[in-house]
Amino acid sequence: MTATRTLTVEAARFGYGGRTVIDGLDLRVPPGRVTVIVGANACGKSTLLRGMARLLAPERGAVLLDGKDIHRTPTRQVALALGLLPQSPAAPEGIAVADLVARGRNPHHSLLSRWTRADDAAVARAMEATGVLELADRPVDELSGGQRQRVWIAMALAQETDVLLLDEPTTYLDVTHQVEVLDLLTDLNHDRGTTVVMVLHDLNLAARYADHLVAVKDGALYATGDAAEVVTARTVADVFGLRAEVIEDPVSGAPLVLPLGRHRTLRRQGVSLTKR
Amino acid sequence: MSPSSVALVRRGRLRRIRRRRTVVAGLTVLLAVLFVTSLCVGHTVYPPYDALRVVLGDTVPGASFTVGRLRLPRVLTGALAGFAFGLAGATFQTLLRNMLASPDVIGISSGASAAAVFAIVVLGLGGTPVFLIAVPAGLAVALVIYLLTYRQGVLGVRLVLVGIGVGALLNSVVSYLLLRAPAWEVQEAMRWLTGSLGSAFWDGVGPLATGVLPLSAVLLLAGRSLTALQLGDDSARALGTRVGTSRLVLVLCAVGLTSLATATTGPIAFVAFLSGPVAHRLTGGNGSPLLPAALTGAALVLTADLIGQFAFDTRFPVGVVTGALGAPCLLWLLVRSRRTQGAL
Repeated sequence: MTATRTLTVEAARFGYGGRTVIDGLDLRVPPGRVTVIVGANACGKSTLLRGMARLLAPERGAVLLDGKDIHRTPTRQVALALGLLPQSPAAPEGIAVADLVARGRNPHHSLLSRWTRADDAAVARAMEATGVLELADRPVDELSGGQRQRVWIAMALAQETDVLLLDEPTTYLDVTHQVEVLDLLTDLNHDRGTTVVMVLHDLNLAARYADHLVAVKDGALYATGDAAEVVTARTVADVFGLRAEVIEDPVSGAPLVLPLGRHRTLRRQGVSLTKR
Repeated sequence: MSPSSVALVRRGRLRRIRRRRTVVAGLTVLLAVLFVTSLCVGHTVYPPYDALRVVLGDTVPGASFTVGRLRLPRVLTGALAGFAFGLAGATFQTLLRNMLASPDVIGISSGASAAAVFAIVVLGLGGTPVFLIAVPAGLAVALVIYLLTYRQGVLGVRLVLVGIGVGALLNSVVSYLLLRAPAWEVQEAMRWLTGSLGSAFWDGVGPLATGVLPLSAVLLLAGRSLTALQLGDDSARALGTRVGTSRLVLVLCAVGLTSLATATTGPIAFVAFLSGPVAHRLTGGNGSPLLPAALTGAALVLTADLIGQFAFDTRFPVGVVTGALGAPCLLWLLVRSRRTQGAL
C-alpha cells in the first residue's frame, strides 16, 4: 500500500442542530503519518474526527478524500479507502471474535458476492496483527476491555483501508493496554504505510506517538506541527487552561507535560527542570 | 501471516455457518411436521397421505372439505402470521438493540387492532374491508409513534416508552368499543384483543400472502444491512452502509408485516416478542437473526394453535396459549436482561 491518499478539511463548519461546534476549519492530514488531535473536553475534536469520517455532514465547506468530497462519494466507496473506529461501538450479543472482525470486510462485498479466501486471509491478517487470533472463536462479550478494543481495531484493519481514523482508542484501557494499542497503530503505520488519525485524551501519550500533532481550541485549530513545536507550556495553558511545566521525556525525547496543580508541587518548581 | 491462521479463521467461520444452517433446517422440518399435523388432526383424523393429496389438489371425499376448506386456510394463516410476527419482531429488536422493542410491546400492532374493532363494532363491517382498514391504520399509528419519538434520527428507549404509551391508549379504545358492542359482535371483535385463527378462511389468506411474501423477501435480503446496523450507526456507516435508507426500509417492512398479520389474526400475544430471543438461543447469535426468528414465529403459532384446539376440553384462541407461554418467558428474559442490558 502506498501513502498517497490525501485527506483534507476545507473551511468546514460542523455542528449539531443549529449549534455550531467548528467553523471555518482547514486541515491537511499528512499522508503516511500518525496524526493526533488533542484538546480540552468539548473543544470539538471528536466532532472534527466525525466530520472527517463523514459521520457528520459539514454545514459549509467540505472534507476531501483524494480531492473528492466524501459526502458526495458513495459511502461504500469511501469505506474502501477510509476506516473508522468510533468511540463506543456495540457488539451484537454472542458474536464470535472472528465474525466481528469479518464485518470489516463488508465494504468489499455487494449483496450477492461470495466470501472468498482473500477475505479469510484479510481477517486472519488483521487478527494476527492485533494479537487476537487465539481468541477467534470466543464470544466478544466474554473478553476484557483491552482485548475487546484490540478486536475492534482488528475489525477496522480487516477493512484494509489506507486511512484509519480512531476516536479515543485508549479510553477505558489501563496504561499497559494504552501503550499496547498505540504501539500497534505505530506498527501499522510503519509496516503498511497506513495514514492514522486519532483523537487522544492523554497529552503525554499524544506527544510521544504523534508524527503530527493538532491542538484544537474552541472549534478552531490552535497549533499544528511536530509535538516539540506544539506541546509547550504556553499551548497547554491556552488549550487546556492548565499551568504546566514541559520537560523532555527522558524515554522518548518527546515533550512531557507536568501539570502544576494547587497542591503537591515543590516550591522550587521551574528552577531545576529543563524548560522548553 | 501463516496459512494455519487463515485455516483457523476459516474453520471457525464454517463451523458457525453450519450451526446456523442446521438450526434453519431443523426449524423448517419442525414447521413442516406441525403443518401436516395441523391438517390431519381434528374432529375427524385423516392420514397425512390424504391431507397432502388435498393440498396438491386431489379430491378426497370428506377430507377435501374439512382439510381443504377449513384446516388448510387456518394453518396457512397461522404460519404466515407467525412468520410475519417473528420476522418483524426480530427486525425491531435487532435494529433498536433492545428486546423490549418488539412491535407488540411498542404499540404498533395495537393500531391495526383498534381500527379493526372500530370497523366491526361501529361501522358493522366484516371480512376483507376490515383488513383494508386495519393495515393502513397500523401504518398510521407507527408513523405517529415515530413522529412522537423523532429527535435528530435517534431511536431507542424513547421509542419503547412512547410506543408502550400509545399501545395502552389504543388498547383502552378497544376495550371501550367492546363494552359498547352488541353481544353477537363481541365474539368476532374479541380476537383483536387476544389473536385467533378461529375465523381464518380462504378469502383472508390471499391478501395476507400477497403482502407478507414480498415484504419478507425484502427484509431477508436486507439482512446484511441489519447486521451492519447492529454495530451502531457510526460503525455501520464507516463500513459503507447507507444508514438512513437501510433503517427506513427495514422499519417500513417490519411495520407492514406487523399490520398485515394483526389485521388478519389479531395481535397473537408474545410471538413477535419471543421469536427473536428463542432463535438467538438456538443459533448462538451467528449471522442475521431474521430467518431463524421468522421460522420460530411460524412454529410457535402452529404449536400454540394445536395446544389451544386440542389440549383442553374447551377450545382456546391461539393468542391465549401464546400469552400463557409467553408471560413466563418474558419474566425470564427480563431477569436475564439485567446481565445483558436489554440486548437481544
